Amino acid sequence: MISLSHYLTVAAILFTIGVLGIFLNRRNVILMLMAIELILLAVNINLVAFSAYLGDLTGQVLAMFVLTVAAAEAAIGLAILVIFFRRRGSIAVDDVNRMHG
Amino acid sequence: MIAIIAFYLFATLTIASAVAVIFARNPVHSVLWLIVAFFNGAGLMLLLGAEFIAMLLVIVYVGAVAVLFLFVVMMLDIDFAVLRTGFNKNLPFGILIALVLMAEVIIAVLGWEAGPTMSGRHVAAGPPVPNIVGIGQLLYSRYLFPFEIAGLILLVAMIGAIVLTHRRRRDTRPQKPSRQIARRPKDAVRLTQPEVGEGVKL
Repeated sequence: MISLSHYLTVAAILFTIGVLGIFLNRRNVILMLMAIELILLAVNINLVAFSAYLGDLTGQVLAMFVLTVAAAEAAIGLAILVIFFRRRGSIAVDDVNRMHG
Repeated sequence: MIAIIAFYLFATLTIASAVAVIFARNPVHSVLWLIVAFFNGAGLMLLLGAEFIAMLLVIVYVGAVAVLFLFVVMMLDIDFAVLRTGFNKNLPFGILIALVLMAEVIIAVLGWEAGPTMSGRHVAAGPPVPNIVGIGQLLYSRYLFPFEIAGLILLVAMIGAIVLTHRRRRDTRPQKPSRQIARRPKDAVRLTQPEVGEGVKL
């Protein structure tokens, strides 16, 4: 029988993969944003799993809000990426500290 | 039985495609693997009985966010080989850290019943309503204010993205409709009756 722990373990592994992706692709902002989406997917799985097993729909409502914020974050992040690329001709994040001022 | 098989199928595919997102050499492949991961995550949520969130995940992530990623990856001319420098150097250390983190998170998360707030709080399910009906009732009563705020966040994100990426290009010569409309025949046309053999003075 599939219990809550199974879902939590899957979500934990997914979360770790997302963190690893941010760590490994430290120069590539697009892959960083994708890794953030993976982390948010793990969070959503956690929320929905608890919601289902506690019989409380609040978790699913919260998952919807997480989804909303994730969509907004992706839109703004990619917009910043596009203007950064237009200015500098690359998306290497090492150069971001030259943007001050 | 079928539920167990489906769970392991979806879980394995979610994790495998998440790994592929990170390790794919081509970012377009990364986005496509991300779509696979989202589909399988939606499958997991379907198994939990959360149909609405599952469908929302497919619509929002696959239909909007992943397409946005694809659009940016394909539109910008980025040399991704340069960006992978340091990837292999960081790999062993990163995997070590990730394993430690994963062990910690799993141990912490499996002890969720040990905490004081959660222990023994198995809420009895109310009268059985469909998933979407229940979410709608919650969303438009108890969570009405957060729901409105979420809409506002989306509006701000949309305006912000437009403001950030909009630019006035200097190298194009677009037509100016107001000047075209304001032009009158008496400013533009001159009727002359030139003598034979003489030209028209322009």
